[in-house]
Amino acid sequence: MKYLTEFRNGEIAQRMAREIHAITTRPWKIMEVCGGQTHSIIKNGIDQMLPAGVEMIHGPGCPVCVTPLELIDKALAIAAQPGVIFCSFGDMLRVPGTDADLFQIKGAGGDVRVVYSPLDAVELAAKNPDKQVVFFGVGFETTAPANAMSVHVARRRGLSNFSLLVSHVLVPPAISAILDSPGNKVQAFLLAGHVCSVMGYWEYPPIAEKYKIPLIVTGFEPLDLLDGIRRAILQLEAGMHEVENAYERIVTYDGNQPAQKLLAEVFEVTDRAWRGIGVIPRSGWRLAPAYQDFDAEARFHITGIHTQESSLCRAGDVLRGAIKPAECAAFGKECTPRHPLGATMVSSEGACAAYYNYGRFLSAEDLATAGSGLTHA
Amino acid sequence: MCLAIPGKVVGVSEENGLRMGRVDFGGVIKRVCLDYVPEVELGDYTIVHVGFALSKIDEAEAVRTLEVFRQMGVLEEELADGDEAFARAAAAPQSSCPDGSCAPK
Amino acid sequence: MPEQAGAPAPTAGVPDFSNWSCPLPLVGYPTIVMGHGGGGKLGNELVEHLFLPAFRNPALENLGDAAVLNLGGVGANVARLAMSTDSFVVQPLFFPGGSIGELAVNGTVNDLSVSGAIPKYLSASFILEEGFPLAQLAAIVEAMAAAAKAAGVAIVTGDTKVVERGHGDGCYINTAGIGVLREGIEVGPHRARPGDAILVSGTIGDHGMAIMSVREGLEFESQIRSDCAALNGLIAAVLDAAGPAVHAMRDPTRGGLASTLTEIAQASSVGIEISESRLPVRTEVQSACELLGLDPVYVANEGKAVFFVAPDAADLVLATLRAHPLGRDAAIIGQVTAEHKGMLVARTAMGANRVIAQQIGEQLPRIC
Repeated sequence: MKYLTEFRNGEIAQRMAREIHAITTRPWKIMEVCGGQTHSIIKNGIDQMLPAGVEMIHGPGCPVCVTPLELIDKALAIAAQPGVIFCSFGDMLRVPGTDADLFQIKGAGGDVRVVYSPLDAVELAAKNPDKQVVFFGVGFETTAPANAMSVHVARRRGLSNFSLLVSHVLVPPAISAILDSPGNKVQAFLLAGHVCSVMGYWEYPPIAEKYKIPLIVTGFEPLDLLDGIRRAILQLEAGMHEVENAYERIVTYDGNQPAQKLLAEVFEVTDRAWRGIGVIPRSGWRLAPAYQDFDAEARFHITGIHTQESSLCRAGDVLRGAIKPAECAAFGKECTPRHPLGATMVSSEGACAAYYNYGRFLSAEDLATAGSGLTHA
Repeated sequence: MCLAIPGKVVGVSEENGLRMGRVDFGGVIKRVCLDYVPEVELGDYTIVHVGFALSKIDEAEAVRTLEVFRQMGVLEEELADGDEAFARAAAAPQSSCPDGSCAPK
Repeated sequence: MPEQAGAPAPTAGVPDFSNWSCPLPLVGYPTIVMGHGGGGKLGNELVEHLFLPAFRNPALENLGDAAVLNLGGVGANVARLAMSTDSFVVQPLFFPGGSIGELAVNGTVNDLSVSGAIPKYLSASFILEEGFPLAQLAAIVEAMAAAAKAAGVAIVTGDTKVVERGHGDGCYINTAGIGVLREGIEVGPHRARPGDAILVSGTIGDHGMAIMSVREGLEFESQIRSDCAALNGLIAAVLDAAGPAVHAMRDPTRGGLASTLTEIAQASSVGIEISESRLPVRTEVQSACELLGLDPVYVANEGKAVFFVAPDAADLVLATLRAHPLGRDAAIIGQVTAEHKGMLVARTAMGANRVIAQQIGEQLPRIC
């Protein structure tokens, strides 16, 4: 695919890795915020290509992972109701609530459907006027424009049977919260490139200035990630703390203006609980008063939710970058993708799932030497 | 958090008051909402997430970036000590031929 | 699993998990969920912890694609047959490149073929939903007849049942097949050996993505067509050429190449190493996978086979495959190792290694 495959060239990647080795003189800790970047790093083994002292810390940029347990339980309660078509992105289907997940609700007779786009859910509402169609609107700023458009269109078409269960989270407050937390070791951030394609990167210079930390807008393909890491290290080695755009073919300083305009109309900032981390003030979006009538939480009045997290689960520590998944006592034992204790083991981009699925339970040495006997291949 | 991929706009239309497009992703065509990218026209490349185009791809910039990447590390010969994974990577075959007919590097 | 000596009769309708020999009873899912049919771990658990303990017998325990049966006889008249069954519940019933009809015939023909048998006879049982249009049934049956003729098998017996409207998704088909095992051929998932070369007969992911392209909520336009085909001719050519050098064969259907390779690795207690750049994938299939966030190694195929062959026969098998119309895109993709037993490791284009884990249930499209 054009403008995608070229940025996965193995030979160029190795040369870029050589470049990183050449410029690094000290150990550095860099956090990638976005779960999609975590997935790409682990899957492609980017971290295996870096100098020994450079550590990638995986951040809480997995909207699936950080959706509050209470909201998952509400989603399950709504999906179980007769007369409801509950639509969701595929990622959410196996996230464990207190007692069940959406897959099990589907198994018990709930009408749970995977859709590619929120507009597909709107179409379902138009085609099924006798049903309540609910869309599970999770995501960072990248997904918010799609969710905003879905309620905007539903209102314009008079689809009163459509509603949105909202759990949007924002990147800049998360970064500030991480930098404010005691024991923080992160020295530079790779900013989420697609979040910035919507929001631009005008929000970040004050953060770079306040915390004296380099912030690099970075893409998702191996070459983009290596370039973001390279630029972060260049700044760290030189004692600089600026915002840089390493994803210029997609991201501009101002971002997508039409999207930001509709976002400002449909959503308003709110405090948000991040599963495993806690409440981060003003770190989320909820529907603005003018769109409140499309809020599924208000429409369905779910009460009596008693949430209960697994006592063994250390997803919060993983999301904060305090531990690597393999350092959790339950990793690979009580907690596996087959029996996940927390969302980070379920989401395809959760750090725990990435580590497990890409074999990080093999010792680094075993993984490194695997395949060395490949002759025909 | 953001699985967004680049595609080429091969058709533009209006549906239910929204500017929609047919976008070609390497031979696979999907209906995409173009309402957020009024500057994107037929023949342009755009990045798409959950059925919405979010940004026009600056093709000149893409080419320039790739060229910069290609030039990196060309003069470097030394590998860092003890970096086993990297040494293997440097020695790995770079074949992209599915039929196996390309010789390993 | 240890042998079980006479379990007490369970209370009617309530399985008594505590008496099963397997230490990990089914937990977490008190009802069947879609993932149980996905070709991954959930489905395997059902086999291991429910069907196998209940039905236990030597022919079943190999858990190959077909069961090898000894029907008695003396000397040259010893009859060695293979038997296989498969049910087809695909939605939609008609998709680019085929229908449930071709799948039903070719699926069982292929299961017999990869077990080293020459497929001969099939049964066909239909469960039809009240209200299902006869024109559609006729089209399906015609497709089955054509597929059977092309494969050289006869459908010799069958059954039809009708269920009430609202049950049965239109049409479900079960086919069971019998084949005659070839002399001198012993293949099975437990026979892979360190050093064996691994080949795939062509491009992966075509069938699953053809289905995705017409699945509600995820549809897209493309030229992707199911690869549904009978493989008995292709496999016969390989066995004619390389005979006992072929240790294992399998058709990677639900769960894709990854599940098949992992199952063989586990059954044979070996490790597998493949090179991602060697996997044949059509550009459009790759694009469709990118769009939905799927990995082609987990996507279903219906007209492909993997072969585990002794290393010095690899080139011969490759040439034989490529000479056949169904094997033009065949490739050697990796080899068997004595390391990391039971695990599939892939060398990525970056030169790093990643483990390809067995998926849990179905692969789900993702946004992240």
